[in-house]
Amino acid sequence: METFAEVLIILVVLTNLKLLGSSRATACIRTVAAQGVLLAALPLVTSGDAITLRMIAQALVSGTLKAFVLPFLLLRATRGARAGRELAPFVGYTTSILLGVALMPLALALGRKLGVTGPAGADLLAPAALFTLLVGLLIIVCRKQAVTLVVGYLAMENGIYAMGLAFAQREPLLVEMGILLDVFAAVFVMGLVARHIHREFDTLDTDRLSSLKG
Amino acid sequence: MNLPLALVLLPAGAALAAFLTRADRPRRVLLVATAATHAALVIAGWARGATGDDAEAWLGLGPAELPFLAATSLLFLAASVYGAGYLAREAAAEHVDHEEGFLFQNTREAAFTGGLLLFLATMSLVAVSRHFGLLWVAVEATTLVSAPLIYFHRHHRSLEATWKYLLVCSVGIAFALLGNFFLAGALPRGASHVPMTQAVLAENAARMNPAWLKAAFVLLLVGYGTKMGLAPMHTWLPDAHSEAPSMVSALLSGALLNGALLAILRAHAVCVAAGLGDFSGGLLVFLGLVSMGVAAAFLIHQTDYKRMLAYSSVEHMGVMALGWGVGGAAAFGAGLHMMGHAFTKGMLFLAAGNLLAIWRSKQTSEVRGALRAAPASGALWLTGFLAISGLPPFGLFLSELRILQGLVAHARWTETALFLAFLAVVFVAMARVFLRMVFGEPSAKGETPLRLREPISAVLPPLALGLGALVLGVWIPSWIHSALQGMGLMLGGGR
Repeated sequence: METFAEVLIILVVLTNLKLLGSSRATACIRTVAAQGVLLAALPLVTSGDAITLRMIAQALVSGTLKAFVLPFLLLRATRGARAGRELAPFVGYTTSILLGVALMPLALALGRKLGVTGPAGADLLAPAALFTLLVGLLIIVCRKQAVTLVVGYLAMENGIYAMGLAFAQREPLLVEMGILLDVFAAVFVMGLVARHIHREFDTLDTDRLSSLKG
Repeated sequence: MNLPLALVLLPAGAALAAFLTRADRPRRVLLVATAATHAALVIAGWARGATGDDAEAWLGLGPAELPFLAATSLLFLAASVYGAGYLAREAAAEHVDHEEGFLFQNTREAAFTGGLLLFLATMSLVAVSRHFGLLWVAVEATTLVSAPLIYFHRHHRSLEATWKYLLVCSVGIAFALLGNFFLAGALPRGASHVPMTQAVLAENAARMNPAWLKAAFVLLLVGYGTKMGLAPMHTWLPDAHSEAPSMVSALLSGALLNGALLAILRAHAVCVAAGLGDFSGGLLVFLGLVSMGVAAAFLIHQTDYKRMLAYSSVEHMGVMALGWGVGGAAAFGAGLHMMGHAFTKGMLFLAAGNLLAIWRSKQTSEVRGALRAAPASGALWLTGFLAISGLPPFGLFLSELRILQGLVAHARWTETALFLAFLAVVFVAMARVFLRMVFGEPSAKGETPLRLREPISAVLPPLALGLGALVLGVWIPSWIHSALQGMGLMLGGGR
């Protein structure tokens, strides 16, 4: 099972690089969804024989939300927006990937320093979680399109979720569900606002939102 | 049924009813009636005394929660009375934008009213949550239900404000979630499955890993500090406050910011119990002073009076952070400041709403002679200025005096000097604006008769809030006094 967990974690890291290099909003949405599913499956893989019914239920709820519901909400926000390609991000795609590669050793060093061993065979989990978190922040800083910014927020959220897994400290079920509900509501509301941005400015680029100052 | 839960479920149920109610008048009655019932329940709860002494209880209503919850509930009551009248006046299908002259529509009234009530429900949950995980869920929920409230007037400026608010606060609060995990990580191995309530963590605090606890506090401070409007994470605040309808601005300033402060203080209390009070208190003092300084800088030559009130909120949140960070008498002062500021800033925002309705401009240069053109709102505006500046006999005078006492008692002279200097700069900057707006020849484009310009529902709520601020300054009832002292002890002020 250890190698399986490691494969999942490496895939998570690769999804991050894909996120940084994609210029299409729809590709970003699908990538972050895949990342969410990988992370939802992770606890089932790492805990070996000690799988409980509750863990399966949580993985199912979280996986369904991240694989279907959130992408649906975000894709709906891009519909009709010709949101396809973001032509002029604040930081270019090649540069973003290079920045991402530069962040990797930082995340590795920090994650190791935390000294979280995590569940069996998941020594890489804390660094990968930090990396995901940093990539999410990088996207929020470097991109303009409203929907891509929400993708960055989701990547951050994924990183934090992975960090929770690394601590092997589960919140009580009620809180866990509350967090998922908040994430759902956040994406729902942000998606709505993104649609309004599109209707108002005929673009999803948030650099048009610049009239409030001082 | 237990009271804390009822305080959350009552407005949540009313919100559902408001979404489904078609007719406008019954819905407005429902809004005010729910607010009044909520306030009555909070006061009844206060009279009955603290509940939920069980350390493992997730919800509770004690000295730490009551002053905050009472301020929120009373402010919401005033805002809802104001809001009922406001919504009736805003019922037209289309409106002309004051600044740029285009036509825009408002959010459907049912959705807006439902959002207001959900805001009350989530704010109550923030107040009564003693469990750190639940607290996070509640704080994030307040962001999500209040974002549509800011977007009541559907045009590009309010859209911009809403988007910034949503994104900045959601990203900020994500850091607080990470802080929660670090808090759990700080627990000793054997105790990793204790419930994450403030009381249980404080009991285990001595055995917690100090480095992890410090990291957790920093993350929580940055996360909830974004929501609280502490500089330099305050960037969303002036935009949201200036574009939202005035009663929503009042609720954001008087309730939402306090809620985030409460969340920070719960973490501060755990740090104090672990003997890290100097670390967490020092950070609170530092960010408090930075906020005061940044606010003072932006208040000089501020040309938009709603933005001016927003920066004033940044300043006052800084004052509170400073007071709690110092502790002792200053913590009592900061608790009092939290209540006094909620009332005073609520009064000012509602009065600002009246001025905006009459002059149709948020520019300070456009409004002249308010005392003569709109006597009631002008007088409220002037009184509010005296109250917010911390002049006697208002509550903020007493609370700032207590914070000063605390600073002097701890011999923190640099902080004392900066505190007084920033207060002086803010006073002068705001005095220039307020006095020019209030006195002189009226510049109102006033054809409408006074009775229509200043309806009773737009004057009574800010007046009531002003009286609240006055009462806190001249005579603090003993039960408020003892609750504030208890609050200081519960939230890490007893140093």
